[in-house]
Amino acid sequence: MKKILKTGTPYIWLTACMLTISLLMIGGLILLIMVKGLGVFWPHEMVRFVLKDGSVVMGEIAKTESIPHIKDTYRTKLKIGNRDAFGLDFQWVDHEAVARREYPPDALAFERREWGNLYGFLKGLKVGENTKPISEQELEALIKESYALYKKIRHVEKRAIGNINYVMEKNRLTLRRLQALPSNADTQEKVNDIQVDVNRLESLYHTQENLLAELYQEARKQEVVVTISDGRERTLPVFQIIRMYAPNKMGVFAKVGFYISKFWEFVSAEPREANTEGGIFPAIFGTVMMVFIMSIAVVPLGVLTAVYLKEYAGDNIISRLVRISVSNLAGVPSIVFGVFGLGFFIYFIGGGIDSLFYSESLPTPTFGTGGILWASLTLSLLTVPVVVVATEEGLSSASKSVREGSYALGATKFETLWRVVLPQATPGILTGTILSMARAVGEVAPLMITGVVKLAPSLPLDSHYPFVHLERKFMHLGFHIYDVGFQSPNVEAAVPMVYTTTLVLVITVLTLNISAILLRNRLRKWYNSSAM
Amino acid sequence: MEILIPDQIVNVINLSLYYGKTKALKEITLDVSKSKITSFIGPSGCGKSTLIRCINRMNDLIEDVKIEGEIKIDGCDIYAPDVDVTELRKRVGMVFQKPNPFPKSIFENVIYGPRVLGVKNKSVLKDLCEKALKRAALWDDVKERLHVNALDLSGGQQQRLCIARAIAMEPEIVLLDEPCSALDPIATSKIEDMLVELKKHYTVIIVTHNMQQAARISDYTGFFMLGKLMEFNVTTEIFTNPREKATEDYITGRFG
Repeated sequence: MKKILKTGTPYIWLTACMLTISLLMIGGLILLIMVKGLGVFWPHEMVRFVLKDGSVVMGEIAKTESIPHIKDTYRTKLKIGNRDAFGLDFQWVDHEAVARREYPPDALAFERREWGNLYGFLKGLKVGENTKPISEQELEALIKESYALYKKIRHVEKRAIGNINYVMEKNRLTLRRLQALPSNADTQEKVNDIQVDVNRLESLYHTQENLLAELYQEARKQEVVVTISDGRERTLPVFQIIRMYAPNKMGVFAKVGFYISKFWEFVSAEPREANTEGGIFPAIFGTVMMVFIMSIAVVPLGVLTAVYLKEYAGDNIISRLVRISVSNLAGVPSIVFGVFGLGFFIYFIGGGIDSLFYSESLPTPTFGTGGILWASLTLSLLTVPVVVVATEEGLSSASKSVREGSYALGATKFETLWRVVLPQATPGILTGTILSMARAVGEVAPLMITGVVKLAPSLPLDSHYPFVHLERKFMHLGFHIYDVGFQSPNVEAAVPMVYTTTLVLVITVLTLNISAILLRNRLRKWYNSSAM
Repeated sequence: MEILIPDQIVNVINLSLYYGKTKALKEITLDVSKSKITSFIGPSGCGKSTLIRCINRMNDLIEDVKIEGEIKIDGCDIYAPDVDVTELRKRVGMVFQKPNPFPKSIFENVIYGPRVLGVKNKSVLKDLCEKALKRAALWDDVKERLHVNALDLSGGQQQRLCIARAIAMEPEIVLLDEPCSALDPIATSKIEDMLVELKKHYTVIIVTHNMQQAARISDYTGFFMLGKLMEFNVTTEIFTNPREKATEDYITGRFG
């Protein structure tokens, strides 16, 4: 026994085992997210169970599992949809209770703008009191038509009325500011001008409002009648249908096409139904923009700090203390940074900006509340140690002999730093930046108190001057996962969204890390070439 | 042992240097002749590199160095308080033991000095680059690939590039600190040929471990031991008729 221990073989095995366990855990996690996340959009078969008591249940198969504690029994979880009719989205069916199981080819799934999916059989188009039979192709054409209408409505709501509201709000604030000034002929004239503009806008608003009402009227005109599983008939405005499909009739190619269209919707559309349906585009956009602003802030901060610390501060007790403190900053819980951001950036700086420049809109805060700028700055404080450490490492990669070469050519210390040392430190700086970006992408806690919201009405980047609205609240992938998975009114329906959102987040982090490694290797090649 | 050096450009007068408490150079006095090659030889740690680094004040970069005595270039003390070190280094170029090209293109390496001086005109820079590379006998090797990374060159080419980089500044004096110690014999002979060519335009001071090299290329030779200048004379005299016993021992290989 002693002999075996002495050879060291058991220790090698121990280390190998630990490595295997770590790899398995990471691999398992990624695999789970991939399988669950990528499978969400695949159209599942629709099954109709006729139960022994005579009732009928129909829906998409979500999963089948054995019933715990009872041997050889199985049950299936069905997504029965029709939330407005049944009150729930999912139902478990014990296989024991099933008398017959069938896959009706003409079973249809309707994806609605509200109330989730509707499953049933198409009966026809409603004409007055009667129902006129309609084929699926005809309905498809109607849906396309109504989509054009939908786009028109969206345009009126978002663009036309949105723009009017935007200018109105501006006018209101200008008016308030003018009223606060001592009144004289000049201000009075301005006030009158604004009044005229406001009246003009109001009449414009009314016409748009009427247009919108007309459009909605038109949208309600066409309705289809659908028979749902228990035989009841439900009317469904065509306008409400986003997508109609018959999963049991679809071939593999049709399914692939469907999958792609769903996936595209997921990454490019806005969320619907309390974030449980639709896409996550605002969250992706918010995350990317936040990380972008953060890196703009963190790179100069980190690089300049590192340059002073490494090149000018010398090696004494204070610089060593500073270095240790910077490294330890990385270990401070991120929520602490969030609280600091709230106190310093939002209340102190943001409040200051508000009282100086936006006093007319007080007590409604402009910068004195969470926003993408403050969240980004908070994260840049959180990630600055990463950049500092990486830059310092990069600076030490410029060897003494190269520096001497530069001094010997009559360059000053600054010129040497600027022309030789910093370029050589670029791989390190870039690595640090991208690692800090990867860290920031995944951070959630500090954002929750510095500007992330469940649903942001508008993106922080739009067509209104000055185009970039740094004070706006934004959506974020990490927070989206938390919100959809744990704060949603319909958690079960939201589970697939959690997986796919996680997948998108993991892919983002992975992409950033891989690009960091590739970039660094490429640049290293250039700076440390083979010869000598 | 005083000998008369014609056309003096550098005068080292009673120079002593301390690293902390260690005295690395002891009361050195010698003169360097213009447009000639002066070589310093001696065993490792004898102070020859330290001395050459004093001539363009590279030792300023090391902490805890104290210097006594004077070095005069064209009669002006370079350690006087009003001397601009970067100006001095522009007049006195230096090439180091290990090739240290910057991780930039060949072109950027050569014109580094002129760029620091503020030359921006592209065609002027190109001419400077070509002239320097030709003088450093590197032009034919690299004229096709001026924008290749300098680190992709061979060791010998890198060292010639460093020489080109130094002479692109049009210095009066070029200091070479064991420039061939990291190179093979072929690369070494190329550099030696080039140095003989170079002395037409510049004053060359070279530190070398290789006595044959000193004998082959230099006009004057100084022999150092333990921080002292043991003997300084015309090269042929040193190698054929050394006055000191230590010099004779060293050059005949009995010691060192």
